[in-house]
Amino acid sequence: MKKTMFLGTLAATTVLAGAAFAGTLDDVKARGELLCGANPGLTGFAAPDANGEYQGFDAALCKAIAAAVLGDATKVKFVPLSSEVRFTALASGEVDVLVRNSTATYSRDNDLKLDFPVINYYDGQGFMVKKDLGVSSAKELDGATVCIQTGTTTELNLADFFKHNNITYTPVTVQDDSEAQRNYLAGSCDAFTTDASGLAAVRSSFPDPENHIILPEIISKEPLGPAVRHGDNQWGDVVRWTYNALLIAEEKGITKANLAEVEASSTDPEVRRLLGLEGDMGVMLGLDNAAFKNAILANGNYGEIFEATIGTSTPIGLARGLNALWTQGGLQYAAPFR
Amino acid sequence: MTLATDAPKDVFRLSMLIYDTRYRSYTIQIAVLVLLLLFLGWITDNTIQNLAERGKDISFNFLWQRAGYDIDQQLIPYTNDSTHGRATVIGILNTLVVAIIGCLLATVIGVVAGVLRLSKNWLVARIMTVYVEVFRNIPVVLWIIVASVFLTETQPQPRDFKVTDEMIMAGEEPKASMLFGAIAITGRSTDIPAPVLSRPLPTLEIATVPVSLSFLAFLAVVVVSVMANRRFLTRVTAVQEETGVRPVTWWKSLLILFGPSIALLIAMGLHLEYPELKGFNFKGGISINHAFSALLVALSLYTGAFIAENVRAGIMAISRGQSEAAFALGLRPGRAMKLVILPQALRVIIPPLISQYLNLTKNTSLGIAVGYLDLRGTLGGITMNQTGREMECMVLMMGIYLVISLIVSSIMNAYNNAVKLRER
Repeated sequence: MKKTMFLGTLAATTVLAGAAFAGTLDDVKARGELLCGANPGLTGFAAPDANGEYQGFDAALCKAIAAAVLGDATKVKFVPLSSEVRFTALASGEVDVLVRNSTATYSRDNDLKLDFPVINYYDGQGFMVKKDLGVSSAKELDGATVCIQTGTTTELNLADFFKHNNITYTPVTVQDDSEAQRNYLAGSCDAFTTDASGLAAVRSSFPDPENHIILPEIISKEPLGPAVRHGDNQWGDVVRWTYNALLIAEEKGITKANLAEVEASSTDPEVRRLLGLEGDMGVMLGLDNAAFKNAILANGNYGEIFEATIGTSTPIGLARGLNALWTQGGLQYAAPFR
Repeated sequence: MTLATDAPKDVFRLSMLIYDTRYRSYTIQIAVLVLLLLFLGWITDNTIQNLAERGKDISFNFLWQRAGYDIDQQLIPYTNDSTHGRATVIGILNTLVVAIIGCLLATVIGVVAGVLRLSKNWLVARIMTVYVEVFRNIPVVLWIIVASVFLTETQPQPRDFKVTDEMIMAGEEPKASMLFGAIAITGRSTDIPAPVLSRPLPTLEIATVPVSLSFLAFLAVVVVSVMANRRFLTRVTAVQEETGVRPVTWWKSLLILFGPSIALLIAMGLHLEYPELKGFNFKGGISINHAFSALLVALSLYTGAFIAENVRAGIMAISRGQSEAAFALGLRPGRAMKLVILPQALRVIIPPLISQYLNLTKNTSLGIAVGYLDLRGTLGGITMNQTGREMECMVLMMGIYLVISLIVSSIMNAYNNAVKLRER
């Protein structure tokens, strides 16, 4: 009987999910709230602040999407998800979009049936060790114990890296960043590995960040981006173009502060299209024409979000690097808004 | 003649399926069964259809694909080149090893605590009451986390064991040292010496699982010794019954029991390999990771508290007259417990004990809280996540847990039948 009950619930959820599956945009509008899958706590990317509100680089993208779709950046419900359950939660319709430091890969795209419309952070996997361990390269980690988040691409990269370099390690599998931090600080592992941005974020929350170093090796490509369910192209486009709008805003020098002024004075046709002053760009996507203006108003443009959450002026102190605009030698390049 | 023809004819009519009590119950049962099967069929069909709509089929092919991740506790060889299927087997073995050792430990703890809780010694009885109440009234997952945090946060780091030349020159002691010079408890694992053979018998490989012939030989010798000892004791009893004098047996028994196996081990060159600090961690010996220890300790103590209550209930169920009779025969309390009370109490204890064993077995899946890679951690965790086959992994995992539980309960039921009171 227990089994029947389980299958019943499973069937019920799949039915509900199936119903919610087709038009995510309509569902979000009808609900009046965006369900955003987020990291349960990674300072700088997505973590609740003192008031319990999610703040950070990934959280800002969720708010921008909510602003674009619903006209109100506060209409987001953040659903904290561990790395292990995140894709299941997205596939089953528990969240509308997953912005949780997730790496876009071939098998996630085709086997897990997800889409990564954009890459909001180009990253790579690194290692962090305590300074007094006396290690200066990841290749010196032979025989070390390594803390690793389960259900991540880093888990597979780690195995590949050690195998490729013909050295051994003992994995300690943990569920999320906070558990990894506890284990790493308690000394359960010599090294902690995850995306380099994640390492910087974790390190910034330590009482003694200066005693921990991030090793120079970056052992993988980790293009991190928001994920949506495969097959709902309209919703994927909403996410893609909201993000692109933030990039174009940076490119065109539109900030949260000067937006009103630009709106009044700009004669640049692309800017005018972006802000909904000309054409029917928002309506084409099933949104309001002011959608992208609202998205920019939510947290500012891409550069502003970056600097405010994880940039060099924050404790996390990440440089733009690969994530600079293409005009400044980075990879962030948005298709033209026309 | 006429009477016989007057008897009502037993002709079956369709309406009897509803109005005749002889058939009605069948009708209802069949109807319910059909409805149930239809319901199950509908659910299965619905699930497959919904998965198909999302572009997902049901396929177990992933079990033969490369897993790509590492597992630190492996009872049979496994690398990240092995398949997801093999990772699943590793998970099953890790589940079983905690379940089996946990059941044994919990039984020992439970029996001791249950008996002591009835002790006339006020302090001992109260301490056991506190143990039982504290452990069974706090969720087991908290105990697992507490045990894990205690082990990882309070124990020294491997490098605290390091002795450098400068430290010897300065006459300094390292921050931590090994217990008895053989066991190292660090914040990561417990490293104990490993028995190794210098002249082992060859190792066979059966279905990619290496089987040590030395171990099999040892096992065979032990079994033969035990059987030989049993025959020896029967013979001694026969002598005793004939002459009334029981020959001295203890040293002969010991010799038969342990002589051959010790001889075999010496012949194969048994010695201990001690763990040694090399690089970041201890190498050599057997390394027991703390996820395992924490899970085992927490589950045993938690389930032990329940078993203690079962044992107490079993003992209390034996009427006072039994112990009084035993004392009247001159048996001391310990002997009375062992020879008179416990054998009778067992038949009350065993049925609830089965449930406790099943609980412990299923609770091993809570190892996920401390990163123990059991079946839930491998098949239901990493494999499920890397392959995206939620449905298949869940169904498979439920099936495996079901089979394990059924095996546990059938073994225990067989044991229960063996010890239950035989009415004469």
